[in-house]
This record gives sequence, structure tokens and C-alpha cells, in this order.
Amino acid sequence: MGLVGIFAKGLAVTFRQMFRPRVTTSYPQEKRVKPQRFHGRHVLNRHADGMEKCIGCELCAGVCPARCIYVRGADNPVDEPVSPGERYGFIYEINMLRCIFCGLCVEACPTEAITMTQLFEMSVTDRHQALYTKDELLVGEDGTPNHPQPDGPLIDLNELTIADGWMRATSPAGRAAYEGIPGWTSSAGVGLRPAERGQSPAPAEDEPEEAD
Amino acid sequence: MNDWIDVLIVLVKVVVAVVIMLTATLMLIWAERKILADMQNRIGPDRAGPAGILQGLADGIKLIFKEPIIPSRVERSVYLVAPILALVPAFLMFLVVPIGRPFHIGDREITLQAMDLNVGLLFVLAVSSMAVYAVVLAGWSSGSKYPLLGGVRATAQAISYEAALGLALVPVVIYEGTLSVAGLVEGQSGKFLDLFPAWNIILLPSFGFFLLAAVAETNRAPFDLVEAENELVGGFHTEYSGFRFALFFLAEYINIFTMSALTATIFLGGWNGPTWDGSLPSSITWIFPILWFSLKTFAIVFVFFWVRATLPRLRYDQLMELGWKRLIPGTLIWMIFFAVAFAVRQFGAPWAS
Repeated sequence: MGLVGIFAKGLAVTFRQMFRPRVTTSYPQEKRVKPQRFHGRHVLNRHADGMEKCIGCELCAGVCPARCIYVRGADNPVDEPVSPGERYGFIYEINMLRCIFCGLCVEACPTEAITMTQLFEMSVTDRHQALYTKDELLVGEDGTPNHPQPDGPLIDLNELTIADGWMRATSPAGRAAYEGIPGWTSSAGVGLRPAERGQSPAPAEDEPEEAD
Repeated sequence: MNDWIDVLIVLVKVVVAVVIMLTATLMLIWAERKILADMQNRIGPDRAGPAGILQGLADGIKLIFKEPIIPSRVERSVYLVAPILALVPAFLMFLVVPIGRPFHIGDREITLQAMDLNVGLLFVLAVSSMAVYAVVLAGWSSGSKYPLLGGVRATAQAISYEAALGLALVPVVIYEGTLSVAGLVEGQSGKFLDLFPAWNIILLPSFGFFLLAAVAETNRAPFDLVEAENELVGGFHTEYSGFRFALFFLAEYINIFTMSALTATIFLGGWNGPTWDGSLPSSITWIFPILWFSLKTFAIVFVFFWVRATLPRLRYDQLMELGWKRLIPGTLIWMIFFAVAFAVRQFGAPWAS
């Protein structure tokens, strides 16, 4: 009779599950709230005055474990500079088919030019379309992000402006050295950000270096 | 003239039976996926029609419009016949099941059953064992090793469980004294001890054995070694595509439906149930027997799906052990015990005289 008992126990388990709440959602209609630090597609940001943040240093390309980023820097034109500083990102391409969305590029970027957003709906009908160039990656002059596909039931372009959680998590916050410097991205806004958990809180005295 | 009308009536009944089976099958495909989804905390198909109820139809249309590929190494004629062979026994079995109370048109009694064979149960057993031919032939004629293995498994499994299926029915036949399915339903009307409906489910061991063997006979989980997808790709239907695959798919679900209908008829009293004949007009009461029959059938179908959602697939040696070491001796002992007990009740103990 032991066998029958085991059977009954198993059947009871599945029967009970019928009345439990479901764990899946009907995706396009109801989207889940994504975690704050969700790794979606990248955007290339601009400074508040419309200048590009990318300085063409190629650190993102160097750190990329999937080797999906291709950057070439060029000297800024003297009369009409694209970015503050000497050089700017002349070519910037990310192969979204190779990208593993690890966020190391975001961490490596010294100017927080490349950040990640919450948008992950990037399906294409041709492999070449998955090669995002500056056309797709760079945000507009006024900070509105750019996406090859239009807004629709699947694609909510607002997600492109929501989060750069990774950047916020790894960048110093509340440090006096940054006082008065405009915020970096559209979601972080302008000004100082409050420290997140794990980040160093604002030191009392005016000291730019990390106390270690 | 009269003969001609009889033939016509039978024809109409057969067509109706086919229509019932096809629609029921489409519903079953949807119901199975929905029930499995519920048990796995998923949503399940909800795109086609309200709550996804047309999912079966959508699947069918998709399969019909797919290209039927015939691989070059197949044994062509057998390969083409096998899907039809799968479908025919599944259809035939349902024909002896009465789905409702007989009614009268003029002085002619019309039973809601395509034919009432006096060897109904034997016919069912014979036809159900025919179904394995389709699987074996499909597996063999595909000219590929996984289908062949699936076919071989099907043979062994069908032989092992066919015996138990038949033996489990013997006590019922002894108890009711008839092989006709309509007779069985009639025997289950009325009350047992003025308390319970007099269904044959009181022969509980028979019911359990029969249900177990029926699950194995229809190649359903946990006995679906014939198409064990993680071992044999698709099993016997690996090389089938398009409409021919749809026929196999259809046959599987029709088999579930007919086996459930049979179980409901043999053990759960068929269309017997309260009909409130006196208090309601006869234009309403005729629906109740059909309703009871459908409810009971669906209850058994639900058990099929429930078991599938619960149990993992048996290992092959476990399948054989369950068949030969447990089920067949079990049914034999139960059958002999019941026959002796019944005979003693009927004729008195041999030592009494």
C-alpha cells in the first residue's frame, strides 16, 4: 500500500497547485516590473549642453568579454568640437547579437558615456540590423534616446530613459568633488545623487580621493 | 423500405459519433494544455479564441498546411497506411459506447449508440489491441532507428498491458452477466443498498487495474515510453510531419476520449443519473443522461491529465515489472477471488451441501 500512498501524495500536490496563483504573465499585455539595475540595451549619453560624452578611449571595447564593441576615436574638430576634450568617438558600434549584457563597458567608461537602459526588445529581421551604430545608440541633442523600432505594444520607448542602475551602483555618489557638476544621464538627472546601499557616503571634508 | 431506414439511421449515428469525437478531441487538446498549465502555475494557451479554446483547431490547421515530408528511406505503402490505421481503431471503439438514453421516434426505438454488439466488451478489447499495429508499422516503415525502437517498445507494452486490461474486466462481466455495453449500463441503474448508485465502481480493484492499464494502453504518461522524447526524439512518429503527424496526434486524443468514455460507461454507470423525469418536461430531461455521461467521461479524462502532470515516466524495466509482476498477477488473483466469491454467493459453498 506504500506505493498507492505515494501516488496519492503526488496527486494531491499537483491538485493543490491548480489553485495557486500563477507565476507567469501574458507578456506583451502585462509586463513585469523590472529590477532597478536591469541590463537592457545601451545608450550613448550627452552632456547637458548637448556635447557627446564619449571621448573615444576604447576602454569599453577593451574590457568587453564578448568583443562586441568597436570604437574608433578621432581628434575633435577645433572649430566645432563634438565632445569636451581632445578626442571623440568617431565610430561606435555594438553588435547586439554578441553582447552578453554584462555591463562591464558601463563600468569601464570614464565619462559615463555608455549606460544601460531597461529596454530589451531588440528583435531584428536581418543580422545586419543587430549591429547598432551611433545612429541607434546616441541620444538626441535634447537627451531623447533613439531606437530603430517604433513605439508599440511590445516596445515601450520610455524604458530607454528609465534606468542606468549599473552606473549608479558603481559610481561614487555624494562626493564633494562632484558638487556643482551636472548629473550624468537622463534618469540620474542633474546634480548630486543620494548614496545607494554599498556606496560610500559623502565624506565630511572636501577630499576627492577614496580613503583606503 | 424499413431496412433502408435502418441503414440510414446507422449512417447518421456514425456520422454524429465521428463529429462528436472530433470536436471532443479539439476540446481535449485545449483542456489538457490548460489543466497542465494550471498544475504548473502557468497560464497556458490563451490566444486562439476566448480563453484559447480554439487552440486545438489552430494546431490542426497549422499541421494541415505544413508540408508532408516523406523521407527517402521509408517503406512507402506501409508508411502511408500507418496513420490511418492509428485513427480507425480509435474511432471504432467509440461506436459501442451509448452516450444517452434511447428515445422513440414513432414506434422506432433509437439508441444513442452506433451499434449494440452482444460481444461489445470483447470488441472493445480486440479493437484496442489493433491500435498497436499503427505504432509498430509506423515505427518500422520509417526506416530510422528511433521510430523503430518506439515501435518495439509499443509492442512489448501493448502485449503486457492488454492482458491486464482484459482480466480487469472479467469480474465486471461475471457480476453483470453480459458483454453488451448497453447491457452494462442498464445493469448499473438503480441503487445499491438503497443508498449509493449501483455503479460497478464497487468493484474497486477492477476499476483501478482497468484505469492503470488504460493509461498504459493509450501510451500516455507515465507510460509514454513509445514517444519518450528525451530518449527517442519523437518515438514512432519522428519521421512523420504535416497532416500524417496530425492523424497520430488526433488518434492519441481520440483514444484518451474513448478510453475515458468506456471507463465511465463500464464503471461509473454510463449515462445513469438523476433525470427528474416527473418534475421537468421531457423536452428538457432528455439532455440529462448525455450530460451525466459527458461529466463522467470528463472526470476520467481529467484523471488522465492529472496523472500526466504528476508522475515522471517509468523506466523500461519498471514498466515491464509493473505489467508482468504486479498487474497481471494482481488482476488474476482478484479475478479468481471474485469468481469464487460470486459463485459461493450464487450457488452456495461446495462444502455446504
